[in-house]
Amino acid sequence: MLDLSKIFGRKPRSKDAAKDRLKLVLVHDRANVSPEFLQKIKDEIMQVLAKYMDVSDEGLDINVTTAQGEDGKSRVPAITANIPIKSIKQK
Amino acid sequence: MSEVIVITSGKGGVGKTTTTANIGVGLSKLGKKVIMIDTDIGLRNLDVVLGLENRIVYDLVDVVTGVCEPKKAAIKDKRFNGLFLIPAAQTKDKDAVSVEQMKELCDKLREDYDFILIDCPAGIEQGFKNAIAGADKALIVTTPEVSAVRDADRIVGLLEANGIDDHYALINRIRPDMVKRGDMLSVDDVIEVLNIDLIGIVPDDQDIIVSTNKGEPAVINPKSLAGQGYRNITERLTGNNVPLMDLDGNSFFGRIKKLFGKKQ
Repeated sequence: MLDLSKIFGRKPRSKDAAKDRLKLVLVHDRANVSPEFLQKIKDEIMQVLAKYMDVSDEGLDINVTTAQGEDGKSRVPAITANIPIKSIKQK
Repeated sequence: MSEVIVITSGKGGVGKTTTTANIGVGLSKLGKKVIMIDTDIGLRNLDVVLGLENRIVYDLVDVVTGVCEPKKAAIKDKRFNGLFLIPAAQTKDKDAVSVEQMKELCDKLREDYDFILIDCPAGIEQGFKNAIAGADKALIVTTPEVSAVRDADRIVGLLEANGIDDHYALINRIRPDMVKRGDMLSVDDVIEVLNIDLIGIVPDDQDIIVSTNKGEPAVINPKSLAGQGYRNITERLTGNNVPLMDLDGNSFFGRIKKLFGKKQ
């Protein structure tokens, strides 16, 4: 069927917001990750990295999100990290 | 073969008790022998939804503490053949029942009934643990709202942690008009998010309030849409795979679409 609402543009549907917010909150619920726990992981990752390189605290982003599961359908929790490097320590 | 089914949700007010009453009555109408147990100690309600509030003598705490036999405590619903209720205690502490006692009771009841339906209290504390203790199967009642779906997901996790893998979502109070204009999560949305199987859907229906006012479950009202939803669910629980009800069928556009033979 021709979807007229797509052609003429439509106002955002509130159910899309509901679904997106739910997906995000469930990832955290399922992984059972508290902010304190996440901070601890962040700190320890940074400590390890600091041994080998100068990393920047600014723009640092370590988070629990979802990724595609191995079966390509289900969504599983995953840690994504974006850590800017200032310089790598040469031995 | 008898089956112990717990009706749970996590969040309160999504329709657990109404669902238990309707499924209980529906199963008895299909010729099954059914006993419903209200485990919401201190906040007893299944009796009043069923219109049996004036007939209570003994309650769940009396049964598990051995004051009387389950058979003596079970109230027989005179309107429906083979339908019984063990009401919750209203005056006692919610910790008056233990997980072991509930397991024992469920196993004992298996000898006499085809279906044992457990109405679970809201929350995830002792009352929840008691309610799921003896269950083979769980129906998780949710509405298409973020809070209810989120809590339903927590319950799925807790059920799996307790070894109850036979669990299904029951989506209550769907408003087809709102789903159509994108202002309510659809059945598919909820199932996608929860990632569990669906036992059935129940449309939002004013008849539920009217029938609860009277103490007559909507499932016996042939005109009630919610009643139709519950009838379908009872069919599925007895192994008869009826299709999901067509929520568009009764709307104006649904009828037009049908008129033109449009596939939905």
